[in-house]
Amino acid sequence: MDIGIIVFPGSNCDADTHHVVRDVLGHRAQYVWHEERTLDGLDAVILPGGFAHGDYLRAGAIAATSPVVRALRAYAAGGGVTLGICNGFQVLLEAGLLPGAMRPNAGGEFRCEYVRIRVERTDTPFTCALAPGQVLRLPIAHAEGNYYADPPTHRALLAGRQIAFRYCDASGAILPGANPNGSHDAIAGVASPSGAMVGLMPHPERASEHLLGSEDGRLIFESLARWVTPRPPATRDRLEVR
Amino acid sequence: MTDVGRPEARTVRIVVTLKPGVLDAPGQAIRQGLDALGHGGVRAVRAGKYFELEMADDGHADDGGLEERVRKMCEGFLANTLIEEYRYDIV
Repeated sequence: MDIGIIVFPGSNCDADTHHVVRDVLGHRAQYVWHEERTLDGLDAVILPGGFAHGDYLRAGAIAATSPVVRALRAYAAGGGVTLGICNGFQVLLEAGLLPGAMRPNAGGEFRCEYVRIRVERTDTPFTCALAPGQVLRLPIAHAEGNYYADPPTHRALLAGRQIAFRYCDASGAILPGANPNGSHDAIAGVASPSGAMVGLMPHPERASEHLLGSEDGRLIFESLARWVTPRPPATRDRLEVR
Repeated sequence: MTDVGRPEARTVRIVVTLKPGVLDAPGQAIRQGLDALGHGGVRAVRAGKYFELEMADDGHADDGGLEERVRKMCEGFLANTLIEEYRYDIV
């Protein structure tokens, strides 16, 4: 599987994501600079976490104007499989590719801690290896993760089964104390109507190895391998002269 | 009188704030800071962003007037109108 990891100036989880995709899961991973104009040939695209363009204006707002995000619109329109993690999720919201907006965290703090999220939708490339209602323990690290959808948008999210993850406690219960940032309806992740695009605030790439304290994040990447039918490796278009 | 046909620089001052009713965590933190410094009587603070644009008011007919262009910039980029509102003046 060929997975593209988009790099904006200020992305800082790109190397972690590359490591998990290539070294932990054994896929081909490549960095895609934000000035690239095509995503053709990739089985999936990941927008990693960080502070693209310093979070100037609003988190994700400047990145959403990048050439690569124009390419992503075409890629997504063709059903391209896309995951936005944390700042990558914020970019997808600012680009209007997923509905809603992020407000500063309720309480005004940068929250950096483990949380639990409940899987609400399993027919997506990033949740198909999970069970409905399954609880994952993953870290968050953000200042603007307070998800907002106005009432018509929220109704559309519910009707379209677009809520992918909700913050919950260890038993899977949705309680105010389990919501780290004040997100509306405890929403931690959102999917496109088809499910091909998913964005979430927690960091699965920081929880994909036993050494790091949780392996729950790996299930999100393993879903992808189950979803995407692997293609044969690309044939070399030129012969190497030895 | 303006010199017809010659582009004229205009300054646009834009203020973006969270909509009323949308939790303004930075504003609340700033209010608490003022309170801690002994500045009593501050009932609420709305935090926001300020932009000053130097614009050529060359009136492209196909792009609307200056106000129309400013609104497009605010709606499409400078403000996220799901959660923010904006106001501007042109000087």
